[in-house]
Amino acid sequence: MSSPSQQFTEQAELLTHDLRHRDIVQTALRKYEVVRDKSRGAFQDYQAARQAAAETKWEALNHLDKYLAEFADKLAARGTKVHWATTGEQARDIILGIIREKKARSIIKSKAMTSEEIHLNHALEHEGFEVVESDLGEFIVQLRKEAPYHIVFPAMHLTRGDIQELFNRELKVHSSDSPEELTMVARRVLRQKYIHADIGFTGANFAIAETGMISITENEGNARLTAALPKTMVTLLGIEKILPRLEDLALFLPLLATSGTGQALTCYNTLYGGPRQPGEFDGPEEYHVVLLDNRRTELLADPEQRDALHCIRCGACLNVCPIFRNVGGHTYGTTYSGPIGSVITPHLRGLQDWKHLSFSSSLCGACSETCPVKIDLAHHLLQNRRNASAEKPSFVWRTGFRIFSFIFNRPGLYKLIGPLGRIGQKLHPLVKGTRLDPAYSWTKTREAPKIAPQTFKEYWRKRN
Amino acid sequence: MTEREKIFGRIREALTVQAPLPGHHGGGHHAPLTGNPAAHAREWLPPVGDSFEDQLARFRANAAELKATFYLANNREELAKLLLELRDVEGWKKVASHGGELTDAACKTLALPVCRTDQPFNASELEACDAGITECDALIAQTGSVLVTNRSAGGRALSVLPPHHVVIARREQLLRDLPAAFELVKKKYAANYPSMISFITGPSRTGDIERILVLGAHGPKKLTIFCV
Repeated sequence: MSSPSQQFTEQAELLTHDLRHRDIVQTALRKYEVVRDKSRGAFQDYQAARQAAAETKWEALNHLDKYLAEFADKLAARGTKVHWATTGEQARDIILGIIREKKARSIIKSKAMTSEEIHLNHALEHEGFEVVESDLGEFIVQLRKEAPYHIVFPAMHLTRGDIQELFNRELKVHSSDSPEELTMVARRVLRQKYIHADIGFTGANFAIAETGMISITENEGNARLTAALPKTMVTLLGIEKILPRLEDLALFLPLLATSGTGQALTCYNTLYGGPRQPGEFDGPEEYHVVLLDNRRTELLADPEQRDALHCIRCGACLNVCPIFRNVGGHTYGTTYSGPIGSVITPHLRGLQDWKHLSFSSSLCGACSETCPVKIDLAHHLLQNRRNASAEKPSFVWRTGFRIFSFIFNRPGLYKLIGPLGRIGQKLHPLVKGTRLDPAYSWTKTREAPKIAPQTFKEYWRKRN
Repeated sequence: MTEREKIFGRIREALTVQAPLPGHHGGGHHAPLTGNPAAHAREWLPPVGDSFEDQLARFRANAAELKATFYLANNREELAKLLLELRDVEGWKKVASHGGELTDAACKTLALPVCRTDQPFNASELEACDAGITECDALIAQTGSVLVTNRSAGGRALSVLPPHHVVIARREQLLRDLPAAFELVKKKYAANYPSMISFITGPSRTGDIERILVLGAHGPKKLTIFCV
């Protein structure tokens, strides 16, 4: 099997030449940019809001012990069963345990990237349970047996024709390619699933310490239904989702909507603080919250990059990233793609195996500039590069720089570069574009700049 | 040692080293941490006027943009007339609702079979209703949102399972902005929070197919808000 780095290079090569794919993704992102700019523009002071959000998350993460304990204790006090998982495997076992104890067969899920992170669907299906994704985009990629393409827009790489073909084949319907009709097909199929599912599974966008509640942001109402109808509800979330106070949401909900989808506020923003309480007539009888570490504490232990845990998973950095826009979401081979994925994946899954993501960046800084909680992603990519080289220096680079400094410290050798280069460039067309070309990896897609007919020193000498 | 203790052990150890304050890469100074940075959210969020008329106009404009329908009724008689019109235009046969001063009056006016969700009910029966009629905790001018809880609006499913959600609010329930809404939630419920608190901003929607807006993805296709 090829390494993650080779896979990335091969996929990137394919997709950068796929003009249809590029067109689909760029069209979707242009629509996003228009509405995002409109929503940002409606703020009285967007930059101050970002700074306050960054400070609020800083406060939460740098006192995580205090706020996480408050969150868990308040949640438990109102009848929620709180579980703790250090690894993905532990989280899967906890969830499987709940399902077995309830003798459940079917699980309806609303979108949760954390569940992608621990490969939950695979584990549940392996044990013979029916798992249905209810978010439309997730439902589509689940039918295609694919990972989500993007953390907010899972089916962004597909056209209505692709989805029509998929639905007609997999769901045995005869739908046209109208987005309206296709959405209604999914609505009909999934409505019955909500009503008959034994377990409702959700993720969470925020965890409020002050009141012991989770907050879910969504547009479709699928999470609302998931949390209303099944008898048992399970929420899986990372320990970094904490916000200190309830009113922090007054800032974070609009920021998440603006950055995530370009809306002023997402359609449903819902807080859940427990199972059905005395005097309530619907909602789950049991509520389980699973708090996942999965190496988040290792990232927390790196003060330089701790703020990568501030991420609210809005996807804004993916949307503006020239790399993401050209190589696409699946190429990364990670749960979290784009700049934030390139920053955190090395921490979550190993630096040496995933450092190539940090090198696959133009360092343009668009990600740092757009991040609503001001994570300086471009700098973190540089820090990953530095850490990777310090941990395991590259022989090629080290040798290259030794040769470089050897020549540049010796004026006699240095003087030869110009004339030798000019001769080399004259001979270059003989091998250019073939595998014999020593500069093949550069020249297959680019022209090398022409070496000047004389060096500056030669020019200066003649001038006098 | 439990898993919880292990996780907290790692967190405490990680936090022995201080992280730089946010914004440290950008150069220049940033305001010192105030202890509650979000407390000033009102100064940064989209502006809303002070008067009731300003806020009403803002709510109306937002509702229109969100493709929700908003009616301001001058009195209870007018509200009853509007409700009957809606019933006939939409051809409602059965509605769902919960006990409340405004909802009880609405159900009486409509004179249709009612599925009540503030007593044990069947989800399939609720799903088959033409509309879910609820009260709410507040309307939020800044965002065009309706704030509901499972206590104020007949549980968790009523406002999201039927294809049409009808909200009846009192005009004094119109709030300026999101900070005011959270203030209200705390004041009203702090002693015993409802297990669900939801900001509903327009009818259910999706853009998952080519970023084209489709209403009624899973929740209601229509949202009608009456203010009296």
